[in-house]
Amino acid sequence: MRRVYLDHNATTPLESRVFEAMKPYLMEAFGNASSPHHYGRVAKQALEESRIIIADLIGAKPEEIIFTSGGTEADNLALRGIAYRKRERKGHIITSSIEHDAILSTCNDLEKDGFTITYLPVDSQGRVDPDDARKSIRKDTILISVMYANNETGVIEPIAEISEVAREHGVPFHCDAIQAVGKIALDVRELSTDLLCLSSHKIYGPKGIGALVVRNGIELSPVLTGGHHERGLRAGTENIAAIVGFAHALKIAIEEMDSYQIRVSALRNKLESDLLNGIDQVEIHSAKAKRLPHTTSISFASVEAESILLHLDLKGIAASSGSACTTGEPEPSHVLSAMGISPELAQGSVRISLGRENTEEEVDYTVKVLKDTMNHLRRISSQWNTLKAL
Amino acid sequence: MAEESWKDLYEKTQEPNSPPTGPILFYNDLVIEHFTNPRNVGELENFDGEAVIGDPSCGDQMKVAIKVDSNRIVDIRFRSYGCPGAIATSSMVTELAKGKTIEEALMITDDDVIISLGGIPERKRHCSLLGVKALQEAINDYFRRGYDLD
Repeated sequence: MRRVYLDHNATTPLESRVFEAMKPYLMEAFGNASSPHHYGRVAKQALEESRIIIADLIGAKPEEIIFTSGGTEADNLALRGIAYRKRERKGHIITSSIEHDAILSTCNDLEKDGFTITYLPVDSQGRVDPDDARKSIRKDTILISVMYANNETGVIEPIAEISEVAREHGVPFHCDAIQAVGKIALDVRELSTDLLCLSSHKIYGPKGIGALVVRNGIELSPVLTGGHHERGLRAGTENIAAIVGFAHALKIAIEEMDSYQIRVSALRNKLESDLLNGIDQVEIHSAKAKRLPHTTSISFASVEAESILLHLDLKGIAASSGSACTTGEPEPSHVLSAMGISPELAQGSVRISLGRENTEEEVDYTVKVLKDTMNHLRRISSQWNTLKAL
Repeated sequence: MAEESWKDLYEKTQEPNSPPTGPILFYNDLVIEHFTNPRNVGELENFDGEAVIGDPSCGDQMKVAIKVDSNRIVDIRFRSYGCPGAIATSSMVTELAKGKTIEEALMITDDDVIISLGGIPERKRHCSLLGVKALQEAINDYFRRGYDLD
C-alpha cells in the first residue's frame, strides 16, 4: 500500500547520515564513558565531542548540557529538580494551559505534593501573554515554565519576553523547546532561559535521548540518583550511540534549516489552502499566529477525529489528533479547549505535521483522500445535515 | 465490499477457532468493514419510531428511525457522529434489529453487538451502548405513537 507519513511531531525516521555516525558506537566502540581504560576513553571522547557540538549549535556552554533519556525526562528534571532543590515541599510554579503532558502531568504530581500551580491562559490563537505571567508572579514563585512551540498547533510562544519577566523577578525560567529545536532559530543566550529541554527523535535522530540545558549557576536536585554522571544531575551510563546520533541530527537540522523551512512551509501552505478551497466547513487553528513551518491543526465540522484518522490510515496516510475518545467521557484536545474552540469543533480536529521527505504530490494525495473522507463520514454523520441546514 | 464478504467475515468470528472476543487493542477487520461500509445509513420518510441519543459535544450521537409492520421492524435507518467504534456498532445494531419483532429487538444488548462484531477494543465498549440505547428509545417512541392513536 502507498504510505504517506504526516506525523513528524510524534516522531521522525532516523536520517541515514545519523545512523552511519552512530554505528561504530553500537558495536566496536561500546565502552562505558566512566571507565578509565581505552574503551571508556573512546566513549568519553565521543560523549564530550557531542556535548560541544550540541552546545555550540544552541549557544550554550558544553557543561550546561545534561543528557537525559529524552524530552519527558528533561521536563521532569527541570520541574522536579527546581521544586525539590530546597527540602521543603512548597512553592508556586507558573506554566501555561497548553503545555505537553510531560509538563502538565508533572505539575499535577507536584500539586499533590504541596506545590501550587498557575496555568496561564492563551488567546484564541493559542498565544500566552507575557503580561499574564508577570501578573501571576508571587513571592513564593519558584519557576516559570512555558513551551517554545506547541506540538499541536505549532504556535510559537513569546519566550524571550516571558523569560525577561522571569529574570526581572529573579525567578528561574524553563522552556520546553522539543518541537521548536531544529525547526526555528534557537539560542539559549538570546532566549535567556535558565533551563531548556531538547529531544532527538523529532529531528531525525534516535529515540531515547534528549537533554536539559541548565544555565551555569542554576541549582537542581537530581531525579535519578546513582553514579556521578552528567555533573551528578542524571545518574546512569550514557547512551553514547544515541548521544552521537542526537548531535549529528541537530547539526544537520540546523545547517539545513533555511531550505527546510522554505520547503515545508510551502507544502503546509498549499495543504491548508487546498483544504480550505476544496472542502466545506474547514477551520485552520492558530492561522493568525506565528507558527512552526511544518505544523497545521485543522478542524472538520460534523466529523470526529478518530474516524478521520482511521479513514486516512486505511488509505495509507498517518496523521494524528489531540483528542481521544477512550472512556466515554469527551476528551477534546486541552490545547484547543484552552483556545476557546468548541468541543464539537475540537473533536473534529486533526494535526498534520510535515517533514523533510514529504512531497507536493503527497500533499495532493492527502487532499484528495481527505475529500473522500469527508464525503464518507459526513454522509454517515447525524450532525452534517443539521449543520448544512443552518 | 460486497454483502457476501462481510458475512464471510462475520462467520469467521463465529468459528470455534476464531480469536477471542475479549479485550483487543485495535479494531478487527469486521469492525473496520462496518466503519467503511456501514449498513442502513440514511433516513426513513414514513417512520413509526425515531430517537436521537448522545451529545456531539461529548463525542458521539446517533439518530435512528424504524418502520414497523405487524410488530416487526421491517426497515431501519441511522446516522451517527462519532469514533469508528460508534459508527461500526451503530451499523451492527441496525443489522441485528432488522427483521426482528419488537420484543426481540428490545432484548438486544451491548454484548450482542460486540460479539456480532467479533469484539471491539476494551476502551471502546461504551460505544456499543449508544446504538442499543438509540434502538430502545426508537421503540419507546413507537409505543408512544401507538398510545397516542388510542
